[in-house]
Amino acid sequence: MEPKDTGAWAHPVSSLATTAVGPDDAVTGRRVAGPVHGFGQMWQKTFRVPLDGGASPRDVIATWKERFPTCWPKSVKFYAPLAGIAPGEVALLEIALLPGAPVRLSTGVMVIYADDESFTFMTPEGHTLSAWITFSAFDESGVTLAQVQVLERPSDPLDDLAYNLGGSRMQTRFWEETLIALARHLGTSDPSVETTVVCVDRKRQWRYVRNLRHSATIHSMMRTATAPSRWVASRVRGGG
Amino acid sequence: MADPGTRVDVRSTDDPTASVVAIFGDVTGGSEPALMEAYSKAVDGRARTIVLDFAGLEYMNSGGIGLLVTMLVRSKRQGQRLLAVGLSDHYREIFSLIRLDEAIGIHEDANAALAAGRA
Repeated sequence: MEPKDTGAWAHPVSSLATTAVGPDDAVTGRRVAGPVHGFGQMWQKTFRVPLDGGASPRDVIATWKERFPTCWPKSVKFYAPLAGIAPGEVALLEIALLPGAPVRLSTGVMVIYADDESFTFMTPEGHTLSAWITFSAFDESGVTLAQVQVLERPSDPLDDLAYNLGGSRMQTRFWEETLIALARHLGTSDPSVETTVVCVDRKRQWRYVRNLRHSATIHSMMRTATAPSRWVASRVRGGG
Repeated sequence: MADPGTRVDVRSTDDPTASVVAIFGDVTGGSEPALMEAYSKAVDGRARTIVLDFAGLEYMNSGGIGLLVTMLVRSKRQGQRLLAVGLSDHYREIFSLIRLDEAIGIHEDANAALAAGRA
């Protein structure tokens, strides 16, 4: 007998490939890297918002999947795969590291699980966070709640430093703003997000210090720094 | 909210340093109370090796996998070893997808896992 979750999970892949079209594909050829494979402390963050308007959990998830990019704050661009949010699909992300800064971090996420009531992303090697992010909706005492639950570790020592110097707070605000945007779209006039943060593992995993070699932060900085010389080289080639 | 579809059975073994936690039914985010209580019971004695038996597993979503990772972290912190047996091809694929098979040893049955635990 087939398990009930057959079809909701992605199939294993040795390396990622995407149908999404973004400015820089820094994902193809990499592997997924969840919280087991990260460097820094492991945190679980849970964000919940009660929804007015009587949408069922299934309605919420259907809307969320369909409108996913538009619910995200403007600091991150989400380039959806052609098949949308479905198991095995890989989306590209472009993240502004700091407001107004020229460096934009190119990375992505793989949809590892998706059913009618939840879906889960896993980050690839190089992403600043080695994480799973689960988006779900459920009924609690007659009220529908939308939830984001993140299980994450900063991927490498550089990411760990950034995470502790404000990255974690920025990320918390990001998910709160995402839920507020979703709630407003679903008709909640004054959404209020409840946030719970738990440290699951205080230890750093020093065996993953070498994750630095995949760092999307370093890759994006190098790409930005070499942009002028690449532009000159392309002009010279073009000019014959 | 607790998942009523989760059933867990803790068994001692001939080896006083190992316990088997047999999981039946569903594993979701709501399985946390049942799984963590079983885990605490399993390590209550001198157990250093915990074998998770998934032969009775019927459904697992991503919330359930998250719980397994939390259990893995907890076991490592306490110097215990977490092993898995009874995984169908489907659930082996999921462990491979999320690379959990690199952190939790997978074995055919409890005897093989207990032998690996003693090694």
